[in-house]
Order: sequence, then C-alpha cells, then structure tokens
Amino acid sequence: MTNLLRIAGRYVLSALREMGRMFLFLLSALEMIFKPPFKFRQLLKQMRFFGNKSMLVILLTGSFTGMVLALQLYYILRKFGSEALLGPGIALSLIRELGPVLSALMVTGRAGSALTAEIGMMRISEQIDALTAMALNPIRYLIVPNIVAALIVFPLITAVFDVIGIYGGYLVGVKLLGISGGTYFSLMEDYVEMKDVLLGLYKSISFGLIVSWISCYKGFNSGFGAAGVSKATTEAVVLSSILILVWDYSLGSFLI
Amino acid sequence: MKKIDLELAVGIFLLIGILSIGYLSVKLGHLDLTGKRGYTIHAEFEKAGGIKPGAVVEIAGVEVGSIKNIRLNNNAALIELTLDDTVKIHDDAIASIKTKGLIGEKFIQITPGGSENILPTGGKIRDTESAVDIEELISKFVFGKV
Repeated sequence: MTNLLRIAGRYVLSALREMGRMFLFLLSALEMIFKPPFKFRQLLKQMRFFGNKSMLVILLTGSFTGMVLALQLYYILRKFGSEALLGPGIALSLIRELGPVLSALMVTGRAGSALTAEIGMMRISEQIDALTAMALNPIRYLIVPNIVAALIVFPLITAVFDVIGIYGGYLVGVKLLGISGGTYFSLMEDYVEMKDVLLGLYKSISFGLIVSWISCYKGFNSGFGAAGVSKATTEAVVLSSILILVWDYSLGSFLI
Repeated sequence: MKKIDLELAVGIFLLIGILSIGYLSVKLGHLDLTGKRGYTIHAEFEKAGGIKPGAVVEIAGVEVGSIKNIRLNNNAALIELTLDDTVKIHDDAIASIKTKGLIGEKFIQITPGGSENILPTGGKIRDTESAVDIEELISKFVFGKV
C-alpha cells in the first residue's frame, strides 16, 4: 500500500516538476525576446521554415475544409430552407474556430515536429553544449527566433487558411450547388463582425506561442540517442495538439 | 543568390498573409481604416426590438449609414445614427425599424420627408415607428384580438 502511494506520489511530483520546468523555460525565452542583440537573420530563416514551407499544406487543407463545410452545411441548411446562410455559416466557422485550430494543428505536424527533432539532434550531438561553452546563450540563438517567428507567422497563415477556405466554399456552394454568388458574399459581410476576426487572431497568436514553446522545450530537453529524440518529437506533437484544443475551448468561452 | 532567396521568400509570404488579414478585417469585419466621416442624428423609438449597433440605415433601399449607439432615455430607446455627409434628412422624415425578410436582420429605414428644414448634426427625427413584434401579432391573431 505504501509502495503504491510512493509510486503515485513520484508520478505527481515529476509531472509537477516538468510543468514548472516548462514554465521557467517559457519565461526565460520571453525575457530573451526583449533583450538585444536580436538575431534577425535567424528569425527570417525560421519564418520561412514556419510560413513558406507550410503554405502548400495550408492551401490544400484550407480549400478542402471550406469545400466540405459548404457541402455539409448546404444539406443541413436546405432542411430549413435557408441555403442563403451558407456564406455566413462557412465564414463564421472558419474565422472563429476551424481556421485557427486546423492551421495550428497542420503547422504542428509539419513544422513543430521537425523543429523538435532538429533541436533534439543538436542536443544529443552536444551542439547546444558547444554553444554554451562558447558563451553563446542557446536560448537566444535557438529558441527565441522560433517563438517570435511563430508569433508572427501563425496569424498570417490562419488568415490565408480562412480566405482560401471561404473561396473553396464559394466554389462548391456557388458553382456546384447553385447558390447565388452575390448572396454568398453579401450575407457573409452582414454577419461577420470585427469581433469574430479578432477572436480568430487571438487564438492563432496563442497557438503560435503554444506550438513553438512546446516544440522547443521538448527538443531542448530531449533524452539520449535516437530513441530519445523520437520520444521527444512524439511528445511535442501530442502535447501541442492537446493544448491547442484545450486552449481553443477556454479562449472561446472567455471571449464568446 | 541564397541571401535574396530567403528574404524574398519571407517577403512574399508576409505579403500574402497581410493581404489575407486585410481582406478578412476590412471586407468582412468592417474595420474602418479611412475613418469614414459622417454626421450623427438621433431618433427615439418606443421599442428598439432587437436592433444592434452596426446595423444599417437605408433610404429607398440604399445603405446610407449605420447605427452607432443605442441607449435608454426616458424609458424610450434613443438610437444614434451615423449618416453619410452627402445624405440630407428633412425634419419630417420618418424612421422605422424593419426586418429584412421574415427572420432576417433588423435595419432602420428612413422615409424622406418633404419639409424645407434639413436636420442639422445632432438633430432628432420626431416621427418614428418601432419594430413590429411578430410574436405579439401572432398572439393577437391566435387569441382573436385583431
């Protein structure tokens, strides 16, 4: 019995310690963001890594999300004879919910995992220790550019996702299912408010922080050997995805 | 060449992203960047009946402004309208709250008057017509009070 308690206690303590360590990691990275010298070149590289290279994935998932929304919503709305609301339906669900979440999940899968693996490899091949030995702060060189890049890139990529999705919905709703194109856009303009756009923006910025933070942390503290890196990568993707969905719900309920 | 590639690539990405955000916020979110000018007038309604700030004001079906603010004044709804500078309202105009379609959005329709006096900024439309309460109408019809 005492043995069981001891095991349970050890798990709880190690989970708490991990949480504390993650939070301290985030704080020290956030502190470094505002301290010169800034590594703009590195930032640009990471923006290309997060942004440009995710573009194709975002274009594909965005257009198909919009298309499938149009298809499904059309058949639901037809039951109430209000097909005209297809435009606002698609726009609101994309802008408020699906755009930020799906693009964050896609970027986690594409860039977050690669980032964890890359930093993990640097850790196990002792490149991070080499940086420290040269009196270069590894957080400034490796972590801060990623976090800043993600904070800039996520809202932009979410906006691209939304716009592509709206036009994908247009393609299916107007061209295939025969809703009038004028209705689609004019009702959308009536129903979508700045509040909705801002909610999507807040969500995507916070997802950017979550993804870059978790991916960097897991890579930075990855275990030894190839198995350690693969474990860190898996954990980073799973944890980021869960946190994205949980945070999405909480932010949605705060700012409804 | 490599150097230009990186900067150009990120630049193109930024441009596309900013254009998308701009489209979402200006076109769909009605973000007013130009600081659209106009003048305000007031209209007092017995019942605001579900109309919200941001709803449109129309004359003859043409959008001429929007609702800026709704507040309570002497147990009546005082609605502040922002109208385009080019639109002149006569002081005997009638403002009425209408619904687009049966269950659509509420908006304010102004029926122009014919008097010689034009309402100044901050003026008040005297003749107003509150929203039609469909539920009340139906219940009157059902319980035979028409």
